[in-house]
Amino acid sequence: MLRQPLSRALTLSSPVRAAPLAARPYAAQAPPPPEKVEVFIDDKPVHVLPGTTILQAAALVGVEIPRFCYHERLAVAGNCRMCLVEIERSPKPAAACAMPVMKGMRVKTNSDLTKKAREGVMEFLLVNHPLDCPICDQGGECDLQDQSMAFGSDRSRFTDIHFSGKRAVEDKDVGPLIKTIMTRCIHCTRCIRFASEVAGVDDFGTTGRGSDMQVGTYVEKMFLSELSGNIIDLCPVGALTSKPYSFAARPWETRRIDSVDVLDPLGSNIVIATRTNEVLRILPRTNEEINEEWLSDKSRFACDGLKRQRLVTPMMTDSRGNLTPVEWEDAMVAAARALRDCPPGKLLAVAGDLADAESLVALKDLVNRLGSDSTCTEQYFPLDGAGIDLRSSYLCNTKIANVEDADFVLLIGTNTRFEAPLLNARIRKAFIHKDTDVALIGPKVDLTYEYIHVGDSASAVKDLATGSSSHEVMKRLEAAKRPVVILGADQLKTPEGAAILAYTQELALRLQDKLEDKKWKVLNVLQRTASQVAALDIGYQPGVGAALQAGPQVVYLLGADSGVVSRDQLPKGATVIYQGHHGDAGAAIADIVLPGAAYTEKRATYVNAEGRAQQTLVAVTPPGKAREDWKIIRALSEVVGQRLPYDTLDEVRDRLSEISPALVTYGDVQDNNYFAQARSLAQSLQKPVSGKVDVQLKKLEDFFMTDPISRASPTMAKCVQAVIKQKSSKY
Amino acid sequence: MAGVLARVIQRTKPQLGIVGPLVAKGNSNVPVRYQGTQKQPEGKQRGSPLNDSDRIFTNLYGRHDWRLKGAMSRGDWYKTKEILLKGSDWIVNEMKTSGLRGRGGAGFPTGMKWSFMKKPSDGRPHYLVVNADEGEPGTCKDREIMRHDPHKLVEGCLIAGRAINAIAAYIYIRGEFYNEASNLQVAIAEAYQAGLLGKDACGSGYAFDVYVHRGAGAYICGEETALIESIEGKQGKPRLKPPFPADIGLFGCPTTVNNVETISVAPTICRRGGAWFASFGRVRNQGTKLYNISGHVNTPCTVEEEMSIPLKELIERHAGGVIGGWDNLLAIIPGGSSTPLIPKSVCDTVLMDFDALVAAQSAFGTAAIIVMDKSTDIVKAIARLIMFYKHESCGQCTPCREGVGWMNKIIYRMVDGNASPKEIDMLWEISKQIEGHTICALGDGAAWPVQGLIRHFRPELERRMAQYAATHGPSKAERLY
Repeated sequence: MLRQPLSRALTLSSPVRAAPLAARPYAAQAPPPPEKVEVFIDDKPVHVLPGTTILQAAALVGVEIPRFCYHERLAVAGNCRMCLVEIERSPKPAAACAMPVMKGMRVKTNSDLTKKAREGVMEFLLVNHPLDCPICDQGGECDLQDQSMAFGSDRSRFTDIHFSGKRAVEDKDVGPLIKTIMTRCIHCTRCIRFASEVAGVDDFGTTGRGSDMQVGTYVEKMFLSELSGNIIDLCPVGALTSKPYSFAARPWETRRIDSVDVLDPLGSNIVIATRTNEVLRILPRTNEEINEEWLSDKSRFACDGLKRQRLVTPMMTDSRGNLTPVEWEDAMVAAARALRDCPPGKLLAVAGDLADAESLVALKDLVNRLGSDSTCTEQYFPLDGAGIDLRSSYLCNTKIANVEDADFVLLIGTNTRFEAPLLNARIRKAFIHKDTDVALIGPKVDLTYEYIHVGDSASAVKDLATGSSSHEVMKRLEAAKRPVVILGADQLKTPEGAAILAYTQELALRLQDKLEDKKWKVLNVLQRTASQVAALDIGYQPGVGAALQAGPQVVYLLGADSGVVSRDQLPKGATVIYQGHHGDAGAAIADIVLPGAAYTEKRATYVNAEGRAQQTLVAVTPPGKAREDWKIIRALSEVVGQRLPYDTLDEVRDRLSEISPALVTYGDVQDNNYFAQARSLAQSLQKPVSGKVDVQLKKLEDFFMTDPISRASPTMAKCVQAVIKQKSSKY
Repeated sequence: MAGVLARVIQRTKPQLGIVGPLVAKGNSNVPVRYQGTQKQPEGKQRGSPLNDSDRIFTNLYGRHDWRLKGAMSRGDWYKTKEILLKGSDWIVNEMKTSGLRGRGGAGFPTGMKWSFMKKPSDGRPHYLVVNADEGEPGTCKDREIMRHDPHKLVEGCLIAGRAINAIAAYIYIRGEFYNEASNLQVAIAEAYQAGLLGKDACGSGYAFDVYVHRGAGAYICGEETALIESIEGKQGKPRLKPPFPADIGLFGCPTTVNNVETISVAPTICRRGGAWFASFGRVRNQGTKLYNISGHVNTPCTVEEEMSIPLKELIERHAGGVIGGWDNLLAIIPGGSSTPLIPKSVCDTVLMDFDALVAAQSAFGTAAIIVMDKSTDIVKAIARLIMFYKHESCGQCTPCREGVGWMNKIIYRMVDGNASPKEIDMLWEISKQIEGHTICALGDGAAWPVQGLIRHFRPELERRMAQYAATHGPSKAERLY
């Protein structure tokens, strides 16, 4: 176990990981690559492109060179000197992470000179590094610990410990998420580079010189980023550790389960570390197509919300209208009675933001069998024109990873930074590394990169779509070879939503038709929640407005917590059944509460904003009497007398694949077509628009609490407070 | 840091044999340097005192007018237009003929450095950067030039700029040199007013600008890439090489960085011919040089002399000899504080040039000679230098940041003798772990004085330790062994 993180660190630049990037279709359009040169790593020949570094070339032949400061997704710093290797006919060792290969170069990664250099650097790094491994949270996953075992000396000769001792550095306060113990810092500057390159918040830097150099934020300041947690992963030592997770567990004590995040629409891949049926922390899992190796702070730190405000037992309202715990049997019978007695057409099911595809399909099947077809989602989507009949209308068709290859990005009414932080990180990456330009229609927000602001009036969309705009963005879009248009789903809620969507489709399709690259997709509709795409795929109606007007007698809320259904919209005497995992808005109005499982507690399917089906796995069991959601619905169907024809998860998934095979092809995303049809159906909807384009999440403090889990998280609450406090500071 | 720290600057493969740092061979502690220690080729075997007519810096002591009129009366700006019109190739060729090696410390052949800028242009402008951040303790030659002969530098910028096809020169001057920067700025203004610089420099049709940029007092900003970073407005931290400044330098454009003295001698070389300059000094060490003699001598001075002049002759002739006579000499640091010291036995015969000092396990550096007589506490002297390097380390890369501070701790204990004799070997090893493992040459410059001390004064170190143990009991450092 001790070695595992080392091998993880060392495989960072392995060819296996580089492959998916290289294999991506849009990356291959560069001019023909120059001729490869032959170099020898430990006498093993390898052919690489000129400009490849020794470290990368060595990784190709399986030779792993230790490193601290080098990180494949960050700029090369070359300052830790751990990767020094001997090069034949060179008197001094060279830093493998920065030295480009030259033809016929012979590198010795295991020679005496190399070993001695590594040992020397290791000794220097440890000279001022505290020997507090037993109380250090990085213990067990510390690069310094691992590499000193592998490459360091077996004894210390730091005699000055008897005289002056080691350097000590004051800790910094960078917010409620990151704990700093700056004495442990080895000045690799990874955090600095991450902050300025990926997060786009240039707050980190070094002050002082020589042995007085300190990494910090210059002035005492919170690290105001939605991606700040990643510097914890990046820090090779225990200088930056997770504050909520501090002193909680050792890595070898935890069980790690691969899963998928559901707190934003991207479906970032995660690893859930658990111990004794408790989620301790969430780490990112590399997926080049989605989150690379980053994770947003909400997805990472909201996991303590999984332990609070939970519904752990079925409940029913008593005579005084208070919810009181009951047995499953009583709750089931009561719910079944309500469903059975409900006249057909007066039953409404509403799916919430975190509902999984299995429970969605089970609920829809049940409702349909009970003679009703009103199943809807909380999030709205216009049904005029093609509506949700064509999948291309409500997905991110470009796909997240391809956004990097875009040469112009137009954002319409979306603050990608907070709605989908890692998509925003991709756009920023393109902005920085590929000269991609970005334009925004909507309120002025800080996206961490510069953009052309086209104003916040909806008519700007119309003008661009009809080609009548005189704005420079028009010319840029027309000239772009790989344009991307991203429409925020928030806009669709407005009365002009249908028209904005129609104009966006018109604009995107007009651009797409002219492209040389026929495979490139321009249109993206960025959903706000993890459940929406699957719900629409399954056939849920978006939005509850029409269904509520019909005056439902029984409302079945499947984790519907965003507050679009409230008591005063329902007829008197209507029964509300709430199934979900958190005591939030939904449970508050319920007559019957059926406790379900959160995403860490069930094996379930989620479809992300680009239409990629992924599954979560069971990391912990649901608390108390809570059960997996689809099973609750299945059991209820039996009590109602409309038994659903599936008994196992596999059978539910068979049902899913009947509806759409895309729902169960895990990890894959299918290309969408029928853009032209959607466009022609939308033509009649192109009505004049006059409203403003607005977004919900404008500032960082809006980002942290957006769903029942993060609303229940004390860490997220602290973040909101800290951000507000920081904003009032003079720095 | 106009000092020796540029030592590892630009080295392509063919030069590996010319400029190379120490490489330990076998188990021996005695380093062998692969640097020009081969048999001295035919030609002059030693330098001799320079005739006044051959001096380049004729106003070194400020006895005459330093402004444009005075400078022109001493021959500056004479037929500069003709030199410019002879073109880049001719100038570079003349520099190659002269055998001029960089005067900033590393001794890289200047003509070759300039010829790196000959690559076909890709549209980026070229820049000349003049390193006037003279911060190496003991070195004070550039200061004299800028104070008393600034027009030599300004004219040199123009000629060097022409040679490398630069559009502008940036002179990065040490912040402490207030008066020098002021004089230099006046000289530049005079040159602009006289049409010697600007859109049509000297009427040659060549457009060239000269800017002065004042530093803020960091020694590391004398390292060429840290200097470039500093001009760009960033923290003065050396860049990784490659890419070298000749490819990606100031503002991402091809750049040549030269020392003030190197640039200032260029006009005279072009006027009097490379062959004239090459007639001084031994082969591979040609030319004249400004020597700074400081320390325990009767008349400390800066003087222009021929290369390869014997050290003893230089001191006796120009600095009035060592205080208390030559026999009172303890050791000399021959090339600025970063070069290893040489004891009296070596000083007796050594010649002042690149190859001879390398053969003596030291380096020529900036030719800043620090003389120490027998009254010197040699350990404390070296310890003070290490403290300087510790203070000036930029902290970017590990060996220098951690290692120099550690060396500083050890050597200050050694001043008192509060150390274990085994720590001498440890100190040697630590210095070797720093040397050659860092991004820039500051690590090397910090390691060498320690190595020089241990190489030549080990008995003195051991004596102090024995003395300390006799009075205080064994040092706490012994506990680890």
